[in-house]
Amino acid sequence: MQTFGWPEAYFILRAASWTLALTAIAFFIGSIIGGIFAIMRLSRVKALRRFAAGYILVIQSIPVLMVLFMSYYGLSAIGIELPPFFAASASLSIYVSAYLAEIWRGSIESVPRQQWEASASLALTTTQQYRYIILPQAIRISLPPTVGFLVQLVKNTSIVQVVGFVDLMRAGMLVNNATYQAFQIFTLVGAIYFAICFPLSRLSRHLEKVMNASRSH
Amino acid sequence: MPAVLIEDVHKRFGQLEVLKGVSLTVESGQVVALIGRSGSGKSTLLRCINGLEAFHAGRIEVAGHKLDQDPKHLRELRKDVGIVFQSYNLFPHLTVGQNIMLSPRITQNVPTAQAETLAREVLAQVGLSEKFDSYPDNLSGGQQQRVAIARSLAMRPKVMLFDEVTSALDPELTGEVLLVMEKLAKDGMTMLLVTHEMNFARNVASTTIFMHQGKIWESGPSKELFANPQTPELRNFVSAGAH
Amino acid sequence: MLFQDVISRWPMILNGVMLTILLSFVAIGLGLVLATLMTALRSLAGSWAGYIVDAYVELMRNTPFLVQLFMIFFGLPQIGIRMNGLEASLLAMTLNLAAYATEIIRAGVDSIHKSQVEAGMALAMTKRQVLQYVILQPAFARVWPALSSQFVLMMLASSICSFVSVQELSGTAAIIEQDTFRSFETYIIVTIIYLVLALSLKLFLNWLGRKLFPQVSGLARLTEAHGEAA
Repeated sequence: MQTFGWPEAYFILRAASWTLALTAIAFFIGSIIGGIFAIMRLSRVKALRRFAAGYILVIQSIPVLMVLFMSYYGLSAIGIELPPFFAASASLSIYVSAYLAEIWRGSIESVPRQQWEASASLALTTTQQYRYIILPQAIRISLPPTVGFLVQLVKNTSIVQVVGFVDLMRAGMLVNNATYQAFQIFTLVGAIYFAICFPLSRLSRHLEKVMNASRSH
Repeated sequence: MPAVLIEDVHKRFGQLEVLKGVSLTVESGQVVALIGRSGSGKSTLLRCINGLEAFHAGRIEVAGHKLDQDPKHLRELRKDVGIVFQSYNLFPHLTVGQNIMLSPRITQNVPTAQAETLAREVLAQVGLSEKFDSYPDNLSGGQQQRVAIARSLAMRPKVMLFDEVTSALDPELTGEVLLVMEKLAKDGMTMLLVTHEMNFARNVASTTIFMHQGKIWESGPSKELFANPQTPELRNFVSAGAH
Repeated sequence: MLFQDVISRWPMILNGVMLTILLSFVAIGLGLVLATLMTALRSLAGSWAGYIVDAYVELMRNTPFLVQLFMIFFGLPQIGIRMNGLEASLLAMTLNLAAYATEIIRAGVDSIHKSQVEAGMALAMTKRQVLQYVILQPAFARVWPALSSQFVLMMLASSICSFVSVQELSGTAAIIEQDTFRSFETYIIVTIIYLVLALSLKLFLNWLGRKLFPQVSGLARLTEAHGEAA
């Protein structure tokens, strides 16, 4: 029987880069879709508002695992066989989009109403209001919760191994199947996740403190 | 044609009627003060004039624009009608200079260099030339309010609206703002202002309008109105306000 | 599409639903008790206890639930602690929820002003009474919405317990899928069930919040009305 040694540890560590890649892709695509949904959620058109609200509610009310299975098996049911990495990216992007849409809607809404009034009174169009006045402020407000959500995303990438994609989690499971030294293996896997997530958590908290300080003076 | 024409304007918030048929005119170059208790409808009336509030019946014309809810018309109107708010509402992420230059640049296509000259000009007008690169957070309330006035002036408005612009200020800071407004009045700006500063209304406004329960209760040349109030409501208001 | 094959297995699905509900409620109950104890420990015991609680919270919040579950299910037997999938799942969910809940309750406790505690002391309350009536109750009331969403997230995360072959809802789905080869139909139905479960849980927690903390919802209504008038 194989034992858990340096080569196995190295294998796991290398797989962590796939976890990071998956996180980056899901965050990138998810934030584009999420941004669109956030604006739709605040649109003056009722149908758009309703649609965005429904999308956000549904995605936030089902397990990420189901989003994954739905996009994996759903697409193969209509004849599209996605490679695991694409299925994983697609489903995580959907998951990300719903949560970011909600975070960003909240951020946009927490820009004081008077900023809309003042900019409208200066004859700005709605697009100009968003671009020059509202979004620059909303983005600042959204930074701490967005970074905080990034931590959730990194952790949730761990479930995509179920479609066969070899990320940090899957690598740990493979090594475990060969060595049965689960305690050491999952300590290492956990430590790597922690090493990615903990700095992000601290950053989120730090940003929040900075923001609170600048708001109170 | 008057600079501001308001005819029989009605406005409701739900069941509550806050404007019950208000009519008034402001001639070009005239300074008119709106006074009254809170809830008398004076701020709502002011906000109707640049379309921040919609009204349910009546007619408003300002600086040659007829008021409706078409966004394009509203923007054209707002280029000619400045408003200054009680809470300043400067854009906190922009410097003083950027606050002032933004709208001329993007709504009137003024080139950046020219916008900067304009901004420095209006800042000098309110006595804050040295604050061009400061952020609003680093200014006192009085200074922020003067920047807000400058920001409106940079639009070269034909009419200026002032909504209780000194109410949020510490007493020692109201003077500098009132001084700027007085200078504007002397320079011939058409001004309509909601205010609690009775002395300012009496001395600077040519006409003062007393609003009560959503109506114009009493109005006239400021000095006469304050010296000789006709209705018990205004008498009450003046004596209570003259602390 | 053939939903028939899937729907005909409804007794299995129902079992899965019951297990998901059971897992969630037990984990929420135990996790909340544990979180309250840790919060109390943090404020009553010395600073060393605080550090341990903080370290625990950070550790759990910054590692995936799946890793925690595998550590318990596969890792612990190596040091002689053995349990079945259901026990491991319950333990993992409880420990995970406890960490998040501790963090949320801490935020609530931090929002209680010091002068409140002093007022309680001045009224001759004991330390325990101050903790219960002046700190914990109002703190819980304030953070109930945040706790509620964490509970819903935990219920959704219970789907991960299928990885240690617990036959809760998504574990059941995996079996039905293998039996019928109707992957898409199976997961559509199961997804809808999760949706219904999550929304029901949300409604239930809102209702519970109003029952448990009537004074706060009253206060919220008051400020809301005030906000509208302003």
